[in-house]
Amino acid sequence: MMWLLLGLAIWIAGWMLNVRLASLPRTRMRALAVPVIFGVTLIAVWECVVRGFAISRVLLPAPSAIAARFAGSLDILWVDFVQTVLKGALTGYVIGCGAAFLIAVAIDRFPFLQRGLLPVGNFVAALPIIGMAPILVMWFGFDWQSKAAVVVVMVFFPMLVNTVQGLQATDAMQRDLMRTYAAGYWRTLLKLRLPAAMPFIFNGLKIGTTLALIGAIVAEFFGSPVKGMGFRISTSVGQLALDLVWAEIVVAAIAGSAFYGAMALAERSVTFWHPSQRK
Amino acid sequence: MRQSILPVLTVVGFLLVLWYAAAIWLNAAWAYDKASRTDEVLTTRTLIADTWSQEKPKLPAPHQVATEIWQTTVEKKITSKRSLIYHSWVTLSATLLGFGLGTVLGTLLAVGIVFNRTMDMSVMPWVIASQTIPILAIAPMIIVVLNAIGISGLLPKAMISMYLSFFPVVVGMVKGLRSPDQMQLDQMRTWHASGSQTFWKLRLPASMPYFFTSLKIAMAASLVGAIVGELPTGAIAGLGARLLAGSYYGQTIQIWSALIMAAVLAATLVGIIGAIQKLTLRRMGMAQ
Repeated sequence: MMWLLLGLAIWIAGWMLNVRLASLPRTRMRALAVPVIFGVTLIAVWECVVRGFAISRVLLPAPSAIAARFAGSLDILWVDFVQTVLKGALTGYVIGCGAAFLIAVAIDRFPFLQRGLLPVGNFVAALPIIGMAPILVMWFGFDWQSKAAVVVVMVFFPMLVNTVQGLQATDAMQRDLMRTYAAGYWRTLLKLRLPAAMPFIFNGLKIGTTLALIGAIVAEFFGSPVKGMGFRISTSVGQLALDLVWAEIVVAAIAGSAFYGAMALAERSVTFWHPSQRK
Repeated sequence: MRQSILPVLTVVGFLLVLWYAAAIWLNAAWAYDKASRTDEVLTTRTLIADTWSQEKPKLPAPHQVATEIWQTTVEKKITSKRSLIYHSWVTLSATLLGFGLGTVLGTLLAVGIVFNRTMDMSVMPWVIASQTIPILAIAPMIIVVLNAIGISGLLPKAMISMYLSFFPVVVGMVKGLRSPDQMQLDQMRTWHASGSQTFWKLRLPASMPYFFTSLKIAMAASLVGAIVGELPTGAIAGLGARLLAGSYYGQTIQIWSALIMAAVLAATLVGIIGAIQKLTLRRMGMAQ
């Protein structure tokens, strides 16, 4: 009972603090502090609720238990991280995005192909591609190569569609200007059309970050060596070691956010001229 | 629209040719293996015929998949456990429930975010951060835990669908509800409109194009959620279960037919939303 009251008190205190902070003029510090306070409040309330209701640890472990498990099994988590994120997701991401980019630039020269490929690409991008996972695991074996293949297929179409759209983002006036400068196809591509396509390309890259992690992890449910985040999650669920599952989720969350954040930072430095990036 | 039919058909035709060629290439090894055991000599013609008609090929040819789909949809009773329509229905029901819940949750969150500054500043960053977490990875845990506290069947799968589908709705609706410009908001103020009047008569109608666009994304995400949600249930029913069972027993034709069925389902659902969008926007006078 005490824990529940404490949780309620923390929730009210955190929310009041945020209301106060949000009503003050917006600064960079406050824009950062408010969500952080909200997150910390949520975790504290979670801890209190788990303790207050004495929820069994096989249902929902408390944040403190997860943190202890996280610190206690760093070696396992690191091995899984290397196997799934660095080998599976990152390799597939680079290959998939690279191939999609090159193909997009190639078909950009043929309007006929473009008109045919965009609807098909849009269609495929909406499909449950993750279903390809069992087939690719069958083709490429259980190790990280098959995970990378799943990731390639998953990131390919969003990236392709975005790049093709981005390459069309210049208007006739700008292209005419390049022509008056006597710029050829390649120079126009490098100096005008690729930079103009960057916001779209980064959109595709950012969508790809989450898809890559999801693809790599889910593909491990269909067969994997005895390491990897997807393998650990599915076996630990079977052993009811939910604190280890949550520790893996924390790793996945950190990896996903860092991956996305890295892309967002790169976007900011490349497309600093775009209205959405101006301050 | 009409001018893109020919290019689309060309691309689809090209993909089919590629598929048949890949089937020959991938299945040839097994065909040679079989032939060498029976001391047959394969001509090009018999090799191709064999690669397109194996029972457990590495890559089934399109017509094999089409036959399998025909047999498991039209020629089987819907109540049969082997009917693909039965499995599609199981997946579809979870998808629709999750989609509905996700849409309601997403819209409510968006309204809260637009009207409450505190919520905007504290919740919005977490909504975005929640999507960098590969939620699908914890689908098995959600299913097992909900099973342990006595919730099983449709709801756990729908929860995963909901989590995946609420995000596009929140982001789209926040954008949509904020899309009226200052001029229009000032106009409402000169009419002495209250907050709720501004919401119902200006913000909500203005958000409709954004709403439908995000619904399409949410629907696709919801289907993925339902399929992955079926993986850990032990392959009982649903398209995800068909995928898993197929991969256990090497039934590639079954995997591909489930995959194509999922694709058809996704295309149909998104198409229905697109049709509703067109109809609604035309009635509202917003069609482009």
